[in-house]
Amino acid sequence: MLLRHTTAQEVERKALTINPSKTCQPVGAMYAALGLHGCLPHSHGSQGCCSYHRSALTRHFKEPVMAATSSFSEGSSVFGGSSNLVAAIETIFTVYEPDVIAVHTTCLSETIGDDLTQIVSKAHEDGKVPEGKKVIFCNTPSYVGTHITGYSSQVSSFVKFFSAATPKKRNVVNLVAGWMEPSDMREIKRIARVMEARTILFPDMSGVLDAPLTGKFEMYPKGGVSLSDMAATGDSKFSIGLGAYSTEDACVKLENKCKVKFEVVEIPIGLKATDRFITSLSRHANVPVPDELTEERGRLVDLIADNSKYFYGKRVALFGDPDTLIPLTEFLLTLDMKPAYIVTGTPGKHFDESMQALLAEQAPEARYKSGERADMFQLHQWIKQEPVDLLIGNTYGKYIARDENIPFVRLGFPIVDRPGHNFFPHTGYVGATNLAIKILDKVLDHTDRTCAEEKVELQM
Amino acid sequence: MIDEKDKLKDADTLTAELQEFRDEVVAKYPKKVAKKRARGIVLSDPSTPPEIQANVRTIPGIITQRGCTYAGCKGVVLGPTRDIVNITHGPIGCGFYSWLTRRNQTRPTSDSDANFIPYCFSTDMQDSNIVFGGEEKLKQAIREAYALFHPKAIAIFSTCPVGLIGDDVHRVARHMMEEIGGGINIFGFSCEGYRGVSQSAGHHIANNGLFKNLIGRDDEVRGSLKYRVNLLGEYNIGGDAFELERIFEKCGVNLLASFSGNSTIQKFENAHTADLNMVMCHRSINYVAEMMETAFGIPWIKVQPIGARSTAKMLRKIAQYFGEQELTDRVEAVIAEEMAAVDAAREKARRRTAGKLAMLFVGGSRAHHYQDLFEELGMTTVAAGYEFGHRDDYEGRRVIPSIQIDADSRNIEEITVSRDATRYRPRKTEEELKALEADGMEFNEYHGLMSQMEKGMLVIDDLSHYEMEKLVEKYHPDVFCAGIKEKFCVQKMGIPLKQLHNYDVGGPYAGFRGAINFYKDIEMMVGATIWKEVKAPWESEDFVEATYVY
Repeated sequence: MLLRHTTAQEVERKALTINPSKTCQPVGAMYAALGLHGCLPHSHGSQGCCSYHRSALTRHFKEPVMAATSSFSEGSSVFGGSSNLVAAIETIFTVYEPDVIAVHTTCLSETIGDDLTQIVSKAHEDGKVPEGKKVIFCNTPSYVGTHITGYSSQVSSFVKFFSAATPKKRNVVNLVAGWMEPSDMREIKRIARVMEARTILFPDMSGVLDAPLTGKFEMYPKGGVSLSDMAATGDSKFSIGLGAYSTEDACVKLENKCKVKFEVVEIPIGLKATDRFITSLSRHANVPVPDELTEERGRLVDLIADNSKYFYGKRVALFGDPDTLIPLTEFLLTLDMKPAYIVTGTPGKHFDESMQALLAEQAPEARYKSGERADMFQLHQWIKQEPVDLLIGNTYGKYIARDENIPFVRLGFPIVDRPGHNFFPHTGYVGATNLAIKILDKVLDHTDRTCAEEKVELQM
Repeated sequence: MIDEKDKLKDADTLTAELQEFRDEVVAKYPKKVAKKRARGIVLSDPSTPPEIQANVRTIPGIITQRGCTYAGCKGVVLGPTRDIVNITHGPIGCGFYSWLTRRNQTRPTSDSDANFIPYCFSTDMQDSNIVFGGEEKLKQAIREAYALFHPKAIAIFSTCPVGLIGDDVHRVARHMMEEIGGGINIFGFSCEGYRGVSQSAGHHIANNGLFKNLIGRDDEVRGSLKYRVNLLGEYNIGGDAFELERIFEKCGVNLLASFSGNSTIQKFENAHTADLNMVMCHRSINYVAEMMETAFGIPWIKVQPIGARSTAKMLRKIAQYFGEQELTDRVEAVIAEEMAAVDAAREKARRRTAGKLAMLFVGGSRAHHYQDLFEELGMTTVAAGYEFGHRDDYEGRRVIPSIQIDADSRNIEEITVSRDATRYRPRKTEEELKALEADGMEFNEYHGLMSQMEKGMLVIDDLSHYEMEKLVEKYHPDVFCAGIKEKFCVQKMGIPLKQLHNYDVGGPYAGFRGAINFYKDIEMMVGATIWKEVKAPWESEDFVEATYVY
């Protein structure tokens, strides 16, 4: 057994987290910063943070993840990291020539109280920021919230530093992307294109973290929302935030700053969340839903209906990020599956309330938990108490899946042992179809491998 | 087939070009940065290695390969031990990122043998803990870990904020050891990420902790009295330790402990009953070797069991040290037997690899050790350097007295070790040691990376991303060796990158079978055909409109 020390017997925990279902803020800020074209993320803290975050993102995307660090020494921790950051800004603009440096803090620089506003203005005064270049920043203390919080803070800083309102509103809808894969963003842009809706998606990691092999290393790949588009978000007539945890703050800031009204919907994972997203986009972009999308929806419904008996009543354990888990739980219910255990390390009432509402009718016995110590150890203990038929989550789930012999669908961050997540989206009807097929594949493969020989079926 | 003559001619031109590299590359940097970086870029000369700047602060913003002290302590040195509950005291990230990411394989001896490696334990500090202190939460976390798992030992690893807010993890450790009682061993590490200039500081802190809290606690002499050795600085990435364990067993050499691949608490506690310490990764573990020699009288030698010839050399050194014909014969028999398969595999691989160029920028010993394997493959290492090496790892231990101790090294605890009153026992008499030395055996010695590199090759410490890009652009090596952060940058340029931290899920690469694995993997990498398909046909051909004849 890999997790041989995990038993069904729970001991009340008030302090110890075991096998977390979350990580820290800065990695989220770094990820989001990569969705701005020509931007180099910068980690203001010990160089280990930057190294860990780059490694984590690289292992997941199998792509270059460029970011710099202030490389704090003990001296900087005592006297402040101002000179490190100013020096870093000079080196970065000289050597790597980005259009924007997106600085985020770490627990180290937050604990000592470095003031980024002051340090960055000093860099300007010292002439370290070339004409036309930008240094933006956000606060991402690792001891508050999770990687999702850091993502959200970075997206908000895009709004804070770039969104601008001119007197003329444009017939454009902003799509504020929650934490999802580049493939998911690509799919959302395709849906908007098919609908002929004029949109600006930000941040946009497609074309950045799924770049082609060309024989040339691009420090700043083609993708990413452009600075001019980012500025123009202030003139858009409406914003749709995809995922409350990762985008609501940015939407609110944009409304306050540029009077752009907004609606937050779930990330369009699954049938109903996609319905809501498309309805919202259709309404706010003032475009009809084309037949092409209705047909995609129809194909998805067809697939689910055809395979209903394989989904029905199957118990599922899932873990990950709330903006993914909420629509995913809803989709499992659409499939008539039974979400049994759901954990996310990211704290927040919205998750608990959404779960309560979603599960009340179809799966009232389900257990869910969010925030501190809502970890994979807890999830595993529940599974030991009463088993499930399927596990959905990031790569760390494979240890539970192997020990408990349950089919396992990889979804979330990080996925470091299989490719595919940046090719096949989980958003939109096409994404939901991919997901339903993946679930079927895993569940039926498991049946084929484990059922009695006389029960092996040719046709299923 | 490669025309070796052609490649060699290229190599001459290459040497000339390498000499210009430093000036060209630092020209891009701001003035002060250029001055500093230039001192870390030298041309190798094995007879008189030039001075290189190493183990100094990283330049902010330069995009370094380096990580932090916590990574070196918890991730590298203590991570591979399976029966210690390692609690990260800090916000969640540090524990998360060091969770199973280093491929430290371990093999519990039974179903009831403890194995906490697949687990991540963290106090997940919140803002209230930062404001009011985190000691109480840490204590409670230890109580809960004990209630759930009853481990023999719990280690606490400090992250950046811990040192800043003044949590005393050592006091908490002592307190909890008393509270829990029953002989549990609890100890802490002040390995905050900002200490030192790289992972290297963390290795040192871990070494001190190993010596203070684990080594020497169990005097029982177990197993054979003959040929008792430890292997230091071997972390069982990809099963390296398993392969070396196999070889030692086959030779009748009694391996008491690996520090720390496939290790257990008991192996550390008992390691001082060995008669010889072998140091593999000099950078990360030489401190323990020194301390064990001072305290217990165990001599140490540097070994390099990466590469088949070097593995054979290590075995012969062991035989020479113990000086018994029986062992010498057995070692020779094992080498002869193992080398048959090695030779066959090497010759097969060489058909594709000979004459090709490699670059290695990794770790604090691997950039040196792996040159042996590339030599066996007939490949030339044209540029190499460490992420976190010190000058002695480049120039040899002879320079240690002349290394300046700066503020960043001074803040790492130096523990004073003295001769153990009852357990110090010289393993060899002065005369025996002298005789061995006269026979070519070297104790407490490491000659460093530059002793191995051909004259005129590039040596770069703490390679920046910019320097890496220029190296690849200019010299098009056939294989570039580094880590995950570099991998896909280099591969986008059409050059395969071999990860030498995690081996790209390959390995083992140590020992004889490891060498065979490496030959095959490099043969596969330089032989992979996909790199020829980078350009679409229409990108390299002129557009020709179709014409039809009716």
